[in-house]
Amino acid sequence: MVKLSEWRGKEIFRAYRLPVPRGTVVRSPEEAVQAVRSGAVPLPCVVKAQVLAGGRGKGGAVRFAATAEEAAEAARAILDLTFQGEKVREVLLEERLAIEKELYVSLTLDRSRRLPLLMTSAAGGMEIESVADEAIVRQWVHPFAGLTSYEKRAAAKSLGLSGALARSLDAVLDGLWSAFVGEDIELVEINPLAVVGNAVIALDAKVIIEDDAAFRHPQYAEVRDDRTELEEFAREREIAFVQLDGNIGVIANGAGLTMATLDVLQQSGGRPGVFLDLGGTDDPKKVTEAFLLMARAKPAAVFLNIFGGVTRCDTVANGLVAAMHQVPDAERFPLVARIRGNNEAEGIEILRKAGVTSLRDLKESVEAVVAAARGAG
Amino acid sequence: MSVLVDAETRVLVQGITGHQGTVHTRQMLAFGTRVVAGTTPGKAGQTVEGVPVFDSVRDAVDRTGANASVIFVPAPFAKDALLEAVDAGVRLSVVVTEHIPFHDMLTMYHYAKAHGARIIGPNCPGIAAPGKAKVGIIPNVVFRPGRVGVISRSGTLTYEIVNGIKERGLGQSTCIGLGGDPVVGTSFVDALPWFEQDPETDLVVLVGEIGGTAEEDAADFLRHHFTKPVVAYVAGRSAPPGKRMGHAGAIIARGKGTAESKLTALSGAGARVATFPYEIPDLVARALEEIGTR
Repeated sequence: MVKLSEWRGKEIFRAYRLPVPRGTVVRSPEEAVQAVRSGAVPLPCVVKAQVLAGGRGKGGAVRFAATAEEAAEAARAILDLTFQGEKVREVLLEERLAIEKELYVSLTLDRSRRLPLLMTSAAGGMEIESVADEAIVRQWVHPFAGLTSYEKRAAAKSLGLSGALARSLDAVLDGLWSAFVGEDIELVEINPLAVVGNAVIALDAKVIIEDDAAFRHPQYAEVRDDRTELEEFAREREIAFVQLDGNIGVIANGAGLTMATLDVLQQSGGRPGVFLDLGGTDDPKKVTEAFLLMARAKPAAVFLNIFGGVTRCDTVANGLVAAMHQVPDAERFPLVARIRGNNEAEGIEILRKAGVTSLRDLKESVEAVVAAARGAG
Repeated sequence: MSVLVDAETRVLVQGITGHQGTVHTRQMLAFGTRVVAGTTPGKAGQTVEGVPVFDSVRDAVDRTGANASVIFVPAPFAKDALLEAVDAGVRLSVVVTEHIPFHDMLTMYHYAKAHGARIIGPNCPGIAAPGKAKVGIIPNVVFRPGRVGVISRSGTLTYEIVNGIKERGLGQSTCIGLGGDPVVGTSFVDALPWFEQDPETDLVVLVGEIGGTAEEDAADFLRHHFTKPVVAYVAGRSAPPGKRMGHAGAIIARGKGTAESKLTALSGAGARVATFPYEIPDLVARALEEIGTR
């Protein structure tokens, strides 16, 4: 899930011929002055923080400027902001348009119907979640047919557009559909889509690119999103790693098993801190890597819950013991293991010899790790 | 009769010469599955575990009569592999591959549907009917023939639960792992009717997880169209919103997809809900006693 900032979203819009306001992204007040003086940004202009969180308007992260100096001042003030925990590093300068009406358009996936979903609403400019259901028109687009003319007519009608404005919307919808497919987009939302004279223009852009399609889009590899440093490190090693706010680390194989483990842990009074899913495999090398990664997250205690299917439990246990020896004494943490499956007796024996508490029962082992975390403080 | 596969199913392994393909071909054969062919473009003439390898699905089907496939092909090529199988007349494909872009999966799903073919997965452990056949990667050791059907969105959690059923002295009729992706070829609602009609299934265990509305849709189906007892479990009660919990599809987004919503819907539809996975075997045993079969 790669969330793009507004200006990157608008770069995609431009590439797919969706109308956006004239403007440019800057990283300093000096660049802001330069952008205005060079004519890249017509005056008056809007100055917007490029952060991923919503609600920028209310948070002082959007300002207006009538001169180059005002633009520089607004950019300076916004670049000083930390908006909902996110340091502002970039500012988008754009021409300020005379908006007559604010509309809403989005394309995303409907998982249940297994079809792309086009949503349009005449109630633009506010969070779509707060718009009444009957004010939203939903149309499901078949991937083989693409967005059809009749669907576009229905969208125009739902937005109250006709004549030149409906034709302008047509171009926006065509571009949106092409971008959705061409860039492997998970969600594209234009809110607001503004009526300005006899055209509609995308004033904002929210674009989420699908992670799994990264092999087709190397250009997004450089885009930082809201992952933490350790999450990024894990991602490169194909380990699902999520930081939560507790102090107990969980290593398991398989998403469902990991989630179930966290549920039991929380029920037993423990607070999950890091969750690490080795995936469907139980390759001992991956166990070693995961263990070392877990050590970097400095948990109070760690619970390892592995179901050995094809790989044998003794192999996994050996991988774990090898990893333990690579962690310096000062950074050691209590470890409770539960390994089930092929050769589990041998695996448990190897772990016991290495001083690891090893149990078969899920509930018992979770209680043991919660106690160990309390003991460790 | 079991669900989807039986002792007559003739399995083709797409991507048989890769590590996973080879390992699981051996496991499927050990399970008793009739693995009749494999494909890897450019490797025709080789054999893997005694199974002949072909260049194309068309060749494999023509020469061996394969009628189901299991796909281990890497994500960038998985769409092509599935379309090739459908075009060659294969009517059941289990897609084990993970990280397939959902836009590809949309094409795969609708293409298969238009040709009357069925996809299980992607990112799934597949299907197994103990004593008959296994198409996928669920460990052989967890099974024992019996009368409990299992439908699950998880992988290893399914192994745990199926194993728990075995250790309780019960067995399974057919077990299907649907996969953890946002777009799946087969959902609970697609699979439930097969179990309703299967004379070898007395009860169904449904294993869900957070994200999407597949469990809510299943609850709706159970209410109106299902007569056998159901034991349900949903993983992810402690998951925070907005975080992808290991599976691409396991995310609470915009207030949708919480475990609470799913559990409420399922218990409202009459399912016996397990709070934790280790409660499932006892709930199953009790339900079977009540309906008078073991």
